[in-house]
Amino acid sequence: MSYRKDMIWLGCFFVLLMLAPAALPNNYFLTILILGCLHSLNAVGLCLLVGHAGQISLGHAGFYGLAAYASAWLSATAGWPVEASMLAGVALTVAVSFLIGMPSLKLKGHYLAMATLGFGIILSILFTETVDITGGPSGFVGIPRLSFFGREVKKDLALYRVVAGVLCLAVWLAFNLLHSRIGRALRALHTSEKAAQAMGVDIARYKLFVFVLSAAFSAVAGVLYAHYLTFIAPSSFGFMFSVELIVMVVLGGMVSVPGAIVGAFFVTVLPEFLRAFENIEVVLFGAILILCMMFMPDGMAGGWNRLWARVRRAWAARGASGAAHG
Amino acid sequence: MGSAVLATRGVSVRFGGVHALADVDFEAEAGAITAIIGPNGAGKTTLLNVISGMVAPSGGSIRFDGRDITAAPAHERARAGMVRTFQNLEIFSNMTVLENVAMGCHGRLSVPAWHSMLRTPRSRRIEADIRREAMEALEFVGMAEYAQATAKDLAFGRQRALELARALAARPRLLLLDEPAAGLNIAETQALAAMIVRIRDTYGLSVILVEHDMELVMGISDAIMVLCFGQTISRGTPTQVQKDPKVVAAYLGGDEE
Repeated sequence: MSYRKDMIWLGCFFVLLMLAPAALPNNYFLTILILGCLHSLNAVGLCLLVGHAGQISLGHAGFYGLAAYASAWLSATAGWPVEASMLAGVALTVAVSFLIGMPSLKLKGHYLAMATLGFGIILSILFTETVDITGGPSGFVGIPRLSFFGREVKKDLALYRVVAGVLCLAVWLAFNLLHSRIGRALRALHTSEKAAQAMGVDIARYKLFVFVLSAAFSAVAGVLYAHYLTFIAPSSFGFMFSVELIVMVVLGGMVSVPGAIVGAFFVTVLPEFLRAFENIEVVLFGAILILCMMFMPDGMAGGWNRLWARVRRAWAARGASGAAHG
Repeated sequence: MGSAVLATRGVSVRFGGVHALADVDFEAEAGAITAIIGPNGAGKTTLLNVISGMVAPSGGSIRFDGRDITAAPAHERARAGMVRTFQNLEIFSNMTVLENVAMGCHGRLSVPAWHSMLRTPRSRRIEADIRREAMEALEFVGMAEYAQATAKDLAFGRQRALELARALAARPRLLLLDEPAAGLNIAETQALAAMIVRIRDTYGLSVILVEHDMELVMGISDAIMVLCFGQTISRGTPTQVQKDPKVVAAYLGGDEE
């Protein structure tokens, strides 16, 4: 896709996000929309890391949680202003991802997945066990709500607009990056590390860069999450969430940013519709994922492209036969 | 000897107990096409890997343009002006032809990451420069019309040409070619020979060539080094090497005495 097409998509997406709340029957759906945006933010970062650079991480829920807890503790316990806590939470997560990334990214494929998996699990144990700081399994309560310059963002709708704006900004950054020499270098090292090196790409640096960048995306999502819900619990940042994030990216077609976002919303919204089935909800969720991958092996982006090509062919054929008959 | 663009001194490589290279002294003169030949398993590609930084030698030193680069990682050597192609094609298969060649400009046309992320005017200028120079390199190898094709869809010979264009886009001072004629038919090989000479003459660069095709090697090389079981057994001009009994013996399997 050309940069222009991506920008047009982003413009449409922004308008859609801004109009969406008007179509929703109640506030509960707004919550789902906000969560969808936060999940999308995570998924866009992972799309860069996993889809483009080909580095698998099963620890991003840890970064999401680390930023959320850090900002929660700083604002609620240490009494920092919310803005400063959020910045510090993101900065801390970026620093940690840098330290984790440096040794881990020397590993490849399954080993990198294992290392990041281990890291995610360690963090999730920390969230649970350090009861004095995090509140343990029962969660961290009383987190101040998102505010700017002392003015609290009271309404969910206003907060949703902030989150949607941040998401669009992140998507813009991601598109810029992908359409630049850095994006090419990431795709290049994914296909052949040898050839990328031979072209002057410092592959260790680029891998670390995209790892830290994706962690930063997750961290921004994490602090917004904490100051939106005002309550966080370790169960939201466990291993399963890391897997769900990967599922979002895979569903979206790995390399497609719009795909990752659609995947994120799909994974966020689907359980809400399946809630009526109660006990077999998880089974249905799994079955739907399997069907998606069977019929759209290259994800929703790929499925959409093929559908679009088919419609265009059918249209052209109709035009041709129409001309013949006429 | 002052005009050597690249020189190795006593380079050795051991893979386990096997001496892939033993004490190899190699020199490539500036502006010349220098070939490394030898029977299968002689260590030609290993030597090229040592020169380009893909394999670390267990002993010896490598100088590029008078600078010791023995410890420099591969990407730094590339940025210093030494670019290679691969025997088993290492193209970026999922990228377009133009993007592949643009990767050649990566080290040379650079801008800090935040410029790329914010798509600043400086980033846009650099991207335009990269695009233009990548197109020039594609035109040089006669592949401009395939710019938007996906690299993996190209025919094999064109993929080889693509690797060459990608290397050229880096504007190297030293071009390392690892069996560029492998898998090409006779006509394609002849075109390749003409291309290598034209590259050398146009860009004034030096070429190190590892190759099995003797007609190609003898036709365009200024100097040849012959490797056998990791050791240098002969060096000189094509005519000198061809007459060397040690070379004949190595290729035909006769006695050295």
